[in-house]
Amino acid sequence: MSTHTISVLVEDRPGVLARISGLFSRRGFNIDSLAVGPTEDPGRSRMTIVVDCAERSLEQVTKQLNKLVHVLKIVELEPDRAVERELVLVKVKADPAVRYQIVELAEMFRAKVVDVAPEALTIEATGSPAKIKAMLELLDPYGIRELARTGRVALARGGKGIADKPLRVARPA
Amino acid sequence: MKLTGAQALIRSLEACDVEVMFGLPGGAILPAYDPIRESSVRHILVRHEQGAGHAAEGYAWATGKVGVCMATSGPGATNLVTALCDAYMDSVPLVAITGQVPSWAIGSDAFQECDTTGITMPVTKHNELVLDVDRIPGAVAEAFHIAASGRPGPVLVDVPKDILQATTEWAWPATTDLPGYRPVARPNSKRVREAAAVLRAARRPVLYVGGGVTKAGAETALRELAEAAGAPVTTTLMARGAFPDSHPLALGMPGMHGNYAAVAALQEADLLVALGARFDDRVTGNLATFAPAAKIVHADIDPAEIGKNRTADVPIVGDVRAVIEELVTAFRAAVAEEGPGDTAGWQRATAQWKQRFPFRYDQQDGGPLKPQHVVERVSALTGGEAVVVAGVGQHQMYAAQHFRFDRPRSWINSGGLGTMGFAVPAAMGAKVGRPDELVVAIDGDGCFQMTAQELATCTTERIPIKVLILNNGHLGMVRQWQELFYDERYSEVHLGFEVPDYVKLAEAYGALGLRCERAEEVDATLEKALATDDQAVVVDFRVDAHEGVFPMVPAGRPNDEIILGPEFSPEEQAAATRREVRLP
Repeated sequence: MSTHTISVLVEDRPGVLARISGLFSRRGFNIDSLAVGPTEDPGRSRMTIVVDCAERSLEQVTKQLNKLVHVLKIVELEPDRAVERELVLVKVKADPAVRYQIVELAEMFRAKVVDVAPEALTIEATGSPAKIKAMLELLDPYGIRELARTGRVALARGGKGIADKPLRVARPA
Repeated sequence: MKLTGAQALIRSLEACDVEVMFGLPGGAILPAYDPIRESSVRHILVRHEQGAGHAAEGYAWATGKVGVCMATSGPGATNLVTALCDAYMDSVPLVAITGQVPSWAIGSDAFQECDTTGITMPVTKHNELVLDVDRIPGAVAEAFHIAASGRPGPVLVDVPKDILQATTEWAWPATTDLPGYRPVARPNSKRVREAAAVLRAARRPVLYVGGGVTKAGAETALRELAEAAGAPVTTTLMARGAFPDSHPLALGMPGMHGNYAAVAALQEADLLVALGARFDDRVTGNLATFAPAAKIVHADIDPAEIGKNRTADVPIVGDVRAVIEELVTAFRAAVAEEGPGDTAGWQRATAQWKQRFPFRYDQQDGGPLKPQHVVERVSALTGGEAVVVAGVGQHQMYAAQHFRFDRPRSWINSGGLGTMGFAVPAAMGAKVGRPDELVVAIDGDGCFQMTAQELATCTTERIPIKVLILNNGHLGMVRQWQELFYDERYSEVHLGFEVPDYVKLAEAYGALGLRCERAEEVDATLEKALATDDQAVVVDFRVDAHEGVFPMVPAGRPNDEIILGPEFSPEEQAAATRREVRLP
């Protein structure tokens, strides 16, 4: 088992998210995270799905996704050839005694304090999955009250886009 | 021209050359039933929506055309779900039209509301809730295109009542624009040449033929390939009739209740050429020990089937007819270049298996009537000139084993989903699609009772099918498993022979009811049934409840552990396990 990031270009139709998430659960694949939003083309959405599965299962899930009529294109993004980012909002307990330490820690990760309350700080951080993980580990001892993450979004490095090649290239398995 | 949504819907069906549809009206679909009165489409009023779905499936199996069914919202739609799932599993082209509560009421738990597209999403190839009246023709055109092309399957179109009542300017789309749907039909010729090379070199090849061959209309090409390559052929439960049983290269059906020769040949093969087949667990048994020595050529129109269960050495995506035709050409070219292959020894070995370990049962004079005997007599008396329809269970296996299938599209059953109650409505649909054929449902008593109400439809719509119930008073296949795997602890499998009285039930539905309890009466009873053309016939064959389906590979076990059954001696079983023939 290993983690894979797949980028799925879909037609922006009602129910397309349900079709995709339903396919994952029906075929017994686990979604680690799923982020969906509009693209440069108003009729299309991009889903970035992080799946934890074996290589062979990934091939199967990709082929099954490809059969959905509203799915236009799927690519797997290799971590070293893609930019992967996640946004996290984290509310940390912050007594006056430790408040400065937390702010300093946030700065080290180029994170921002976006809300201040007498007993807590809310920090916004963006970065690679590894960076987010490292920051959260360091914040954990102070006491994390609440946490919201977007799930991963990703684009391949280089000049080309996912839709630059013809959609649905006829190729043998 | 201004039309209502309902008129546009029916007109769209006409534009898709629909001859017949099976359905049952209700509140939300009501507007669509008004223009049906004037339509060229024949509507057959079923007694239960599940019957409409299976009838549409039977029609599609028998004709190769798209079957159409229609139901109302809520319970009408949910009653279609079993048939949709059945069609999905067996790749049957189907279009289902359902009514929906008015669009402004969706989500309010209105009367007879259900989330039809949500419920059917995992059991359809595609579905759509139409929320714009102008979209109706496009949605229907796409539904037929998607259902029939690529790997066929069911498509559902859900139309709210207010959309059916709204007005639109009629326009039939010239083309369908589905950028995300481009099934691959033409195979990669390099792969085909690779396949031809391994087939020529193979000493023990088997053509493992699945339902895709019939769906692609590839039977003639298949025969040419088998004969050119001298390769024995197995036809799965979905492919009975795709290759003639009477052909010397035919090994019959593989799998859990398959012919010994077919099972053994797959296990010993050095090459499987899988054509429109999907390495289903009922064929492979324990997957890790299936065909251990075989290289795999796997041709299918659905890329997701290739490598799903068994890794393919030569994967070919494409329409299986195109694949086989190109493979024949490439094979001949390979032979011209490299010389002919040699499968003579293999053909001898498989023929010996066929001859030595056939299906066997013991119909004693004056003894209990054996279900296999009934099927064998149906096969003999019809000369194989019938369309045979079965549901799921022992009767289905007896029919698949003992009827001699020599013609394509002469076998219809519920393969993947294993749906009890499939046979009667599916036979009805098949008879509507091919009215000049003799259509015989071979059914079980358990199955029959699940959809017997469609006999009323057969009577009122004049659809004279034959229903032969192999009545053993039990849920026979479940009983067999309890006998073999639960120490004969029978639990909830006894239905009884007498209730209902099938003869009276048939008569109540306006059908001819017959009963047969003894082997000596089988021919006379069948002749009477076959001679009856003006009404449906139901025959209650009282068969031996203790009979089991054999051979058998217990579920999940290796195919090498095939059990020949009680009609074979321990010595014969041992010989079968050892194979007993010299393999090339």
